[in-house]
Amino acid sequence: MAASLSGDRSETVFSDYKGEYTREQALVEANRCLYCTDAPCVKACPTHIEIPQFIRKIATGNLRGSARTIFDANILGMSCARVCPVEVLCVGDCVYNEMGVPPIQIGKLQRFSTDAAFENEWRFFEAGQDTGKTVGLVGAGPASLACAHELRRFGHRATIYEKRARIGGLNTTGVAPYKMKADRSLEETQWILGIGGIEVKTGVTIGGGVTLEDLEKKHDAVFFGAGLGADTAMKVPGEDLKNVFGAVEWIEQMKTGRVSVEGMKSCVVVGGGNTALDCVREARGLGIERVTMAYRGTEAKMSGYAHEWKAAEMHGARAEWQVLPVAFEGHGHRGEAAEQAKVERVRLVRLDANKKPIPGSELVLEADLVLVAIGQSKLGEMLSKLDGIRIERGRVVTDDDGKTGRAKWFAGGDCRNGGKEVVNAAAEGKAAARAIHAFLGSK
Amino acid sequence: MPDLSTNCGGIKSPNPFWLASAPPANSAGQVQRAFDAGWGGAVWKTLGQPIQNVSSRFGATNVRGVQGAGFNNIELITDRSLEINFKEIYETKKKYPKHAIIVSLMVETKDEWKDIIKRSIDAGGDGLELNFGCPHGMCERGMGSAVGQEPKVNQEITSWAVEYSTVPVLVKLTPNVSDIVPHGLAAQRGGAHGVSLINTIKSIIGVDIDRFVPEPRVAGLSTNGGYCGSAVKPIALHMVAALSRDDRFKLPISGIGGVSNWRDAVEFMLLGSSSVQVCTEVMLRGYRIVEDMIEGLEEYMRSHRFQKLDDFIGKAVPAYSEWGNLDLNYETIAKIDAQKCIGCHLCVTACHDGAHQCIHPQQDTRVPRVDESECVGCNLCKIVCPVADCISMVEVNNGFAPATWNEFVTEGKKLRPKKGAH
Repeated sequence: MAASLSGDRSETVFSDYKGEYTREQALVEANRCLYCTDAPCVKACPTHIEIPQFIRKIATGNLRGSARTIFDANILGMSCARVCPVEVLCVGDCVYNEMGVPPIQIGKLQRFSTDAAFENEWRFFEAGQDTGKTVGLVGAGPASLACAHELRRFGHRATIYEKRARIGGLNTTGVAPYKMKADRSLEETQWILGIGGIEVKTGVTIGGGVTLEDLEKKHDAVFFGAGLGADTAMKVPGEDLKNVFGAVEWIEQMKTGRVSVEGMKSCVVVGGGNTALDCVREARGLGIERVTMAYRGTEAKMSGYAHEWKAAEMHGARAEWQVLPVAFEGHGHRGEAAEQAKVERVRLVRLDANKKPIPGSELVLEADLVLVAIGQSKLGEMLSKLDGIRIERGRVVTDDDGKTGRAKWFAGGDCRNGGKEVVNAAAEGKAAARAIHAFLGSK
Repeated sequence: MPDLSTNCGGIKSPNPFWLASAPPANSAGQVQRAFDAGWGGAVWKTLGQPIQNVSSRFGATNVRGVQGAGFNNIELITDRSLEINFKEIYETKKKYPKHAIIVSLMVETKDEWKDIIKRSIDAGGDGLELNFGCPHGMCERGMGSAVGQEPKVNQEITSWAVEYSTVPVLVKLTPNVSDIVPHGLAAQRGGAHGVSLINTIKSIIGVDIDRFVPEPRVAGLSTNGGYCGSAVKPIALHMVAALSRDDRFKLPISGIGGVSNWRDAVEFMLLGSSSVQVCTEVMLRGYRIVEDMIEGLEEYMRSHRFQKLDDFIGKAVPAYSEWGNLDLNYETIAKIDAQKCIGCHLCVTACHDGAHQCIHPQQDTRVPRVDESECVGCNLCKIVCPVADCISMVEVNNGFAPATWNEFVTEGKKLRPKKGAH
């Protein structure tokens, strides 16, 4: 079963940056909702939660019904309430924006309802009548959890295979701690598993403890929800210096254990995506004075959300746009073993509009800590030897419902979409469960 | 500068805004603060026989987060002694000679009326208001609405009061009757100088769904109370208008019932009220609301070039008619301003679920489409639309000459084809 967490974790210094609603605040906000029909916020949500309906239920005091509406659409509704980029999803599409009126704070209202469900230990769903069919799921992240829960509602048995000791995937190991902490994610996994009939095998690697062939033989269907792999390396000199980390690896350590920032005064985060933005705020939050995001593109071009960068700036972060690290440098004791040499600075070169280095434009940033957030490897190749499954740029190719080209095999989440939000993984996992159910029924 | 000076049945005040006989007009301290805030008059909380009140007296209806859209009370008349009240009326009148103080009264016997009227006038009251309306507590003792519901009793007691009074007498009418007109006429026959209406409506404001007891709860029981506040305005407007348009009825009216702001006041005045009385909104928001009421009324009068209140009091009465006189060939349809539409689709649902299924979602835009051949011009879409002036009801020239139901029945005038009736 899943390993528990120590209370002594670096992430615990962070407080919620959005905060939770009091009942009074929730009522005021809920009563502001226009209760749109065919609402744009619902369309913007990958899991299509009936948002106006759950908000009305908050307003009338039907909190349990409100939570049921949310979880019926998205069993990860509690974590999504905290981690969703609502600014570009439901809240971004609230019709109040069209009026120039502040949009409804849907995420905070969803948190109000779903937290109440957790605090009161409300349960809404029971497993369906046993069909005798079993489904294997690879990975214990949001996609597999959503898929397994939905499969249980249909009455299919589920077995999740997870290589880590803890389940929850990036919800547990990757979410910025000012949005959600690891222990809350683990609570959520237990709440989801509470439906019963989901077996979780941790510490199992595919190809090690269990092979693809085993899965296919043992189960009536397989859901591949393995997520993404290791951090992508810069491949520049000095990357093996101490205190140079892949971002995802460092964040996991911060969330599930401790990272050392003692005496560190400056940090350089390489990248311009949302993981880089998280790192910037996390490094600041842990007390590092000067935190600089070094991104090869412009502010307008970065893949990280504008609202997240704005928040990072408010927390004192700065950026160097259109730069490329060419070397990480230590204190220069030549001959010293690499594992002892600590990084001290990053040497960069400025890029022109075509991302070509500008000669003579070199700059140096001090850095006691370097976090490389330029992406993660894709895991689709794990399935490449299975005939019929197509892999494109490392992603597993499926139809809209998560069905691969090979019978029995389905996929969803980051391994399929290349790396999106928790809510996308939840939607894809649930859609795949329905496709699996249809497949099992037709067999 | 528009002139707000008011004369209602001979009772004069610097503006038409009076506190109604109720908790906000219970004491000198309150009434004087109200006058300082700008109120033109106050109908002192009803004086009468000694009473005792219960704990838990008010209840409210809440609509989508708005508290007190409707309000009710089971409080009785003043529970302070007559001596204190008369002393305070005297002091207040002395301090505020230009403001109107109307003394609300409710007693039983002829002698009691004679005595209390004399003392009210001696205290300096500018007028009297006979409380024939209270629907709880007092009516069981043969007073309040028990009087107001019986035109003969109403007329008789009114005639006593008029006989004993040297100041104008207003009769406060109860809405707990099927037709207000006979009751207004009874007051007129009794010699009243004016009527004020409506008093509160007999009501149960709500039920405590966990204790299984109606609200407001007094230990394990409750009782019916008097309903008031914004929610009752339509009922009050109708009753005011019903008297105003009756040819036999000649008395000035002091309008009461859900007046919360200057717009409400203007509506009451357009239907024939010479002054308006306010209670609930003051209870919920305080005396300071009168500042906006005065300014709003002045601005309204300026915009219509009205010099004085009489320029518009009763102005909407001629337009209040019978259904049979409405032009059946007058046709409007809904138009949606695509620039203003925010795409909430509230109109789509309202039209489909609550009206005539003629507003439809469209493929490429969130702006819905009105099927004009089906739109009956009911106004529901405009009512639910959250954007001001996004949906307008536009008049259609359908080529048919005006024709009312009465004209159709009596003269056989031609009616346009029905819409939305298939």
